[in-house]
Amino acid sequence: MASILSVRGISKTYAGGHQALGTIDLDVAEGEIFALLGPNGAGKTTLISIICGIVNASSGTVTVDGEDIIKGYRHTRSTIGLVPQEISTDMFERVIDTVALSRGLFGKPRDDAHIEKVLRELSLWDKRFAKVQELSGGMKRRVMIAKALSHEPKLLFLDEPTAGVDVELRRDMWELVRRLRDGGATIILTTHYIEEAEDMADRVGVISGGKLILVEEKTALMKKLGRKSLHVTLSEPLGAIPAGLSSWSLTLADDGHMLDYQFDAHAEDTGVSALLSRLGELGIGYKDLNTEESSLEDIFVDLVHRPAREAAA
Amino acid sequence: MIMNIHAIKAIYKFELHRFGRTMLTSLFVPAITTSLYFIVFGSAIGSRMREVDGVPYGAFIVPGLIMLSMFTESISNASFGIYMPKFTGTIYELHSAPVSPLETVIAYVGAAATKSVIIGLMILATAYLFVWVPIAHPLAMLGFMVLIAVSFCLFGFILGIWAQSFEQLSVIPMLVVTPMTFLGGAFYSVHMLPEPWKTITLFNPVVYLISGFRWTFFGKGDVAMDVSLAFVAAMLVVCFGVIVWMFRTGYRLKK
Repeated sequence: MASILSVRGISKTYAGGHQALGTIDLDVAEGEIFALLGPNGAGKTTLISIICGIVNASSGTVTVDGEDIIKGYRHTRSTIGLVPQEISTDMFERVIDTVALSRGLFGKPRDDAHIEKVLRELSLWDKRFAKVQELSGGMKRRVMIAKALSHEPKLLFLDEPTAGVDVELRRDMWELVRRLRDGGATIILTTHYIEEAEDMADRVGVISGGKLILVEEKTALMKKLGRKSLHVTLSEPLGAIPAGLSSWSLTLADDGHMLDYQFDAHAEDTGVSALLSRLGELGIGYKDLNTEESSLEDIFVDLVHRPAREAAA
Repeated sequence: MIMNIHAIKAIYKFELHRFGRTMLTSLFVPAITTSLYFIVFGSAIGSRMREVDGVPYGAFIVPGLIMLSMFTESISNASFGIYMPKFTGTIYELHSAPVSPLETVIAYVGAAATKSVIIGLMILATAYLFVWVPIAHPLAMLGFMVLIAVSFCLFGFILGIWAQSFEQLSVIPMLVVTPMTFLGGAFYSVHMLPEPWKTITLFNPVVYLISGFRWTFFGKGDVAMDVSLAFVAAMLVVCFGVIVWMFRTGYRLKK
């Protein structure tokens, strides 16, 4: 599929000398949901701000929907909708006025029906004549989203959309993201809630220290790095791993009470059944078994900390 | 999309709406202030003053009063218009919108200047409650009003971009513009001053603005009309140049 966003060699060094982004290359296909993961200060917001025109890049080019974001800013910016991380709205204005302003700013003629649709979708219609300052934090965030959707963007950026919002709003938000995707929009989101990226995204990019250290199909990523561990709680503690079990890579934990086995969950033969029958043959009794799948979170933590570990080693 | 007309319209409407919300203070305060000036200067002091340049004193101060309010209102409205989004953070939207610097200036300055002209006319109307003010060149008067409103709104817009605190926002109007207006012949003719003040006053650009505006009412000013127009034109050009530079470099706007 054609890429709606293509980032080439983008870097950013702020006036103070702080390098927020190394050199970033990234392509996002039309219609996909792309999750950008990374710890605080990794450069997620800087990257988004450059694409949206809020921050000038130090080098590199960005193409959105076939046009350069500087030469063709009229087109690229009207293609993009941005929901920033921080809630900043016109506190004294009415909800419907601030949303209508956004539509105009992005070059679209007045369309009351569309504004109504957006406000209804976000459960803001009843509050349309309320001043923004009278709304709760969650409602304000809905206003931010309504503003971003007011001009029917093809590419939507959600910067930490679920940080600090209640469960209901999070659920609504993800439902909305799915509906938008079904409507053909491309969505790029940053999040701390890895399970959400795992749930929603088609592809995942991990950014750390201003560098994009990995971009991968989410399923491929899970497959590639998705390891499972089997924890066997033993009836009697073992002092050492018996020689008869040397063909499995095992570790003893919990003072010999627990036998851990790491295996590839997607392999033809995981070795689990053979291990269990060997345990029986050797007369090693166990009280409990449980397996654990490494989540995207484990993968993420592993990736982000790996360079530091490698440097230390 | 050659010009983002929808954006200009949206910002203009939004800004006027903001003024509408503060209608009471923005329109009635100038009207009341003007009335106070008339009671103090027009009736109490004016009755003891002879005519100035053949114009009754009460009528003579009207152009200066209008200018005084329009200067401060233009600067404060235009500077607030652009400072508030910076302060609340909503400026992110303007930066991420397909809006050119020129469109931004047209919309914000246009809205602020509209309000200034309304206030100017409001003060003029209030003046008629107290004195009869002849207007020799009505069209020129309106044109001059618009030019002054636009110039000072441009100046206010620059101030709003430059300011990094509310204090900075109010320091220029309070410490520079108000004194210059008072000393710029708002309430007297420059010819009434003794030397060396008369010569020193001529270095105050506001003298030329008030004089020009007064000419449109009474057909004569302290200085020639073309000199006044040249000053207004110079102010327009300089302010616009500074704004172009600010947008080009992203001065205090973009990181």
